[in-house]
Amino acid sequence: MKALLVCEQREGKLLDTSYELVAFAERLGAEVSLVLVGTPAQAPQVAAKLYLADVNKYGEYSPELHKHIVLAAALKENPDYIIFPHSSYGWDLAPRVAATLRVGQVSEVVNIVDGKLEVSLCNGKLRRTVSPKAARAVLTVQAGAFNYAGQKSGAPQVEAIEISQGSSALQFVGYEPAEKKDVDLGRAEIIVSAGRGVGKKENVGVIADLAKAFGGELGASRPVVDAGWVGHSHQVGTTGQTVSPKLYVACGISGAIQHLAGMKKSDFIVAINKDKDAPISEAADVMVVADVLALAPVLAEKLRAA
Amino acid sequence: MNILVCIKQVPDMESRFKVNGTGDWYDEADLAYRMNEYDEYAVEQAVQLKEQLGNQPEITVLSIGADRVGEALKKALAMGCDKAVQVQDNDSARKDPWQIANIIAAFAGDKNFDVIFTGMQSQDRGSAQVGVTVAEILGHNCASTLVGFEYADGVVTAKRELEGGVKSVVKVPVPALVTCQLGLNVPRYPTLPNIMKAKKKELQLVPVASLLKEEAATGTEKLYPPVKSGGGIVLEGDLGDIADRLLGILKEKTTVMK
Repeated sequence: MKALLVCEQREGKLLDTSYELVAFAERLGAEVSLVLVGTPAQAPQVAAKLYLADVNKYGEYSPELHKHIVLAAALKENPDYIIFPHSSYGWDLAPRVAATLRVGQVSEVVNIVDGKLEVSLCNGKLRRTVSPKAARAVLTVQAGAFNYAGQKSGAPQVEAIEISQGSSALQFVGYEPAEKKDVDLGRAEIIVSAGRGVGKKENVGVIADLAKAFGGELGASRPVVDAGWVGHSHQVGTTGQTVSPKLYVACGISGAIQHLAGMKKSDFIVAINKDKDAPISEAADVMVVADVLALAPVLAEKLRAA
Repeated sequence: MNILVCIKQVPDMESRFKVNGTGDWYDEADLAYRMNEYDEYAVEQAVQLKEQLGNQPEITVLSIGADRVGEALKKALAMGCDKAVQVQDNDSARKDPWQIANIIAAFAGDKNFDVIFTGMQSQDRGSAQVGVTVAEILGHNCASTLVGFEYADGVVTAKRELEGGVKSVVKVPVPALVTCQLGLNVPRYPTLPNIMKAKKKELQLVPVASLLKEEAATGTEKLYPPVKSGGGIVLEGDLGDIADRLLGILKEKTTVMK
């Protein structure tokens, strides 16, 4: 089986998801080649064929051109699977490639079970195995689901790739940097996070107080940030920060896959939720079935007394 | 200007899902349905664009599914869409993203929509494929995962959400399709007068067979609840008791409790 891995770079840096694709392909037992729109300096350090298109010529975000670059590499390699990271780059580009080739796409693969591709649905409450109907397929792989344990010291065999399509209807204007952080969750040893289950903005203080009692930082899930209850710098998950503290306490967080992907590497996870079967229980070392607003003050008091 | 919004009706994600008898989908009985959360942002952005252009554009809202999707369509009409299309399909949950995209593209093909709005993904399947695939089939320009939308002189200025709080800005000439991320805007609640008005708006019924010519490209083999990682301790009961037991466990199993 052959796999063509579509690597991604941003603002001059190769993203780590590129190596996660290699780990995924290893799990599949596939023979690997890679394609990157970037520069030689960003080439993934993997001993495999790398098709490299010049980012200065084709642009950092010009999906029509990137599509043709991936298709040109696919024409040379004739891969069974064309694999993208399930990221803002990958989920934007993969369907364009799949539709042009008229092949099926399986999105956000989280695991391989008995040789089948497993994906999550309904906010992580269910899983299913999916099979493409044809021999060739496009896949996207969940960020963080596959860890690359190998050395990043292989030498790729670089082959430059050029396409005849030169211009893009889309005009990339530029990046807007992340808001300045008032908290660095990446360095926190303890994070206590508030989810939609806290009910309303006024209740966030109860969770913030518990975080304080633990000597930790306040985190939050996406809905809480979108609702404006907590600032974006506190957001844990794929669109916020990916964290791995020594202790993570999820308060009223159901555990959408985007959140789980951002915190499941924590050393120890406690989930406090009224619903025993909430998807967060899958990642939790301790599942506390309780109303977090009632439990948090009791817990904070005992922590302070200890 | 001609605008299309594509919406999906999905089960309430707080539901308790049960695997069906054949083990390849969830049991649809006893589930409450609502408009896919991402699509509410798509509807709101379409209505805001119409308002910006002096209410001149016409907004068509489309949904594929059984008659229950009429509820989601009514909500979109009450939010400000002009007419609704239900592509009638009692088996829409089994259609794969490729088929769903082809149904939408077949409908939109000859109607000259300038801007098409979709959610960036559905809450149930979450494939994030349908919008981009529709654009690809129609040959429209496309940007996904929008957290900012501006329109002027035939060009959409889209702000895309990337990872880690970074955003990118891209200009997309019409005809364009954009997929909407949570937080793009603040979806309005339909007012009572607008709910009454919505009842008089046109609902067109289109049989799915007249639009769908494609076979599925992927299929579900088996559906099941996630396998618990095992070893997880469950604490229930009296709050004081739970707190004591939890602190005991943390002292034993972690290095952060002094």
